[in-house]
Amino acid sequence: MTALVYRLAGVAVLCVALAMLSDAFLTVPNLLNVLRQTALLFLIASGLTLVVLAGGLDLSIGANVGLSACLVATAVQATGSVWAGVAVGCAAGTAVGLVNGAIVAGLKLKPIIATYGIMWVLNGVTYWYMQGETIYGFPESFRAIGSGYWLGVPVPVYLMVTVLAAGLVFARMTTWGHQVYALGANPQAALLSGVPVNARTFLVYSLSGAMGGVSGVVYLARLNSAEAGIGDALLLPAIAAVLVGGTSLFGGLGSLIGTLIGAAILTLVLNGMNLLVISSNWQPLVTGAIVLLAAAVDTLTRRRADARA
Amino acid sequence: MMPRSWVQSAASVPGVAYVLPLLLIGFAAAVPGFASAPNVINIGIQSAILLLLALPMTFVIMSEGLDLSMGAVIGFASVVLALLLVDGHSLTWAFTAAVGGGLAFGLVNGLLVVYGGIPPFVVTLGTMGIAQGLALAITDGSSVVGIGSALPRLYAGTWAGLPFPILIGVVAYVVFHVLMYHTRYGAYVFAIGGNRESLMLAGVRVNAVHVSIYALAGAVVGAAGLLFTGRMSAGHPVAGIGLEFDAIAAVVLGGTERGNGWLPGTLLGVAAVGVLKNGLNLMAVPSSLQVAGVGILVIVVLVIDALRRRS
Repeated sequence: MTALVYRLAGVAVLCVALAMLSDAFLTVPNLLNVLRQTALLFLIASGLTLVVLAGGLDLSIGANVGLSACLVATAVQATGSVWAGVAVGCAAGTAVGLVNGAIVAGLKLKPIIATYGIMWVLNGVTYWYMQGETIYGFPESFRAIGSGYWLGVPVPVYLMVTVLAAGLVFARMTTWGHQVYALGANPQAALLSGVPVNARTFLVYSLSGAMGGVSGVVYLARLNSAEAGIGDALLLPAIAAVLVGGTSLFGGLGSLIGTLIGAAILTLVLNGMNLLVISSNWQPLVTGAIVLLAAAVDTLTRRRADARA
Repeated sequence: MMPRSWVQSAASVPGVAYVLPLLLIGFAAAVPGFASAPNVINIGIQSAILLLLALPMTFVIMSEGLDLSMGAVIGFASVVLALLLVDGHSLTWAFTAAVGGGLAFGLVNGLLVVYGGIPPFVVTLGTMGIAQGLALAITDGSSVVGIGSALPRLYAGTWAGLPFPILIGVVAYVVFHVLMYHTRYGAYVFAIGGNRESLMLAGVRVNAVHVSIYALAGAVVGAAGLLFTGRMSAGHPVAGIGLEFDAIAAVVLGGTERGNGWLPGTLLGVAAVGVLKNGLNLMAVPSSLQVAGVGILVIVVLVIDALRRRS
């Protein structure tokens, strides 16, 4: 809990610093924009958080969002129906998740290498599918999912709150959720105490895939344009949000609230760079440095905990 | 005990040793022009850069590690090299700087993995972002052209009848082979993944050796930036992204796993990836599907290996 307080303090410090550095920060449009970007990043990283909590990893999440968004784009263009788009996105993302779950939980491949291989399969399929085309201009009703407002609040924020609430109930109040934590903390002990390890592993990868599909829909509705590279730069920020949020790479420790705060911190940093007119070319560098910093903190914390135990 | 010899029994040979001949026969039968001498030389030239990445990647994976930063680092090395050439510096000096840049990233990777105790995939994912960001920032996101004629001429030239990239590939393989199988350092690399304890008890400075594996990888990737820049006659900040996947694919296909490596297998893996891409290319399969093809190849071979181990 104290760790979360530190991270919230981090958010506050960032906000104060940005408010002092740029007059544009404390404006309603910018704050709503930050909120919207935070919600998007949280959606992408939410399923990934469960996978990492269970001691696994999903490196295919960015490519999944990319492929899903491109499939949704053609579905919406072809049918003009919002619901067709949503259905295609959810189905595509979930299918990817099921494949990941099957090869990690069923065939026992190492998650890093398996989801890394899937990442490149998805990447290749996306570039092939799009044939270098850009699809843009979607109906207003579809774009509302990503760029609209309801009662003055960006629509993705409602999705974020819904996913967060469902995720918290799942993680804190259901047996399955507890089993996911147990699995990540100590797979051997979990197996011995009767946790259906394979089924829960399969579940978290499927959920991560499904969230990739949902994020694809929202992301596309926000950008209003789809091209093959749409998901290329999403993996690093997603991992950064999870790690900055305090979910341990070693499994069993962390929370979705942490990931929300992590997403907020990352979004504030990138937003700040925008406001200060720093070229977006620097973004991978900054995100990479944040990933390293968060991973170092995670490792040190665990070492200290180990030393105390 | 792990095999310390480069000669393997038929039973322990990885699946790629059987897949590669199948690929060769299949493409030779189906694709006109595949089995011609110019095309075979072409495959060799195209595979040289991949080999330079896959050789040190073998060491990294043997040490229970992974290096996701290689593709970004070769891009960084390539723009450093190209920018220095554009500024009128000598090829020697530009090459040295590229190797130095690669070495710096390798050292950072190694230090964070070994002394930081941070999982290798996340360390190298972070440095991947940093290398990519640096390369984009110093070039403002565009290609570096106008590197003069010295490097393209070197790349296109032949030495003792061998095209320059193939010559470099052969030399690199021989050096890594000797290093792995005929030196004490090679024995340490074998032991570090599976037998770290006994290495420590034997008084070896295990941490230093472990860091050196990543540092060596960084330096070799930096050096490969020479071929990379020569091939494109330009420096490009992000053209290398994804090369790390081909390298990991080649190593994994070649039967190297944590704590146990096989360098001839890496050579076979590089050949398999090179042949697959070349054959698909001649069949006019778009490069995007070639990427997916390599991904599927890796998953399939891993699944076969997992099933073989289970039975």
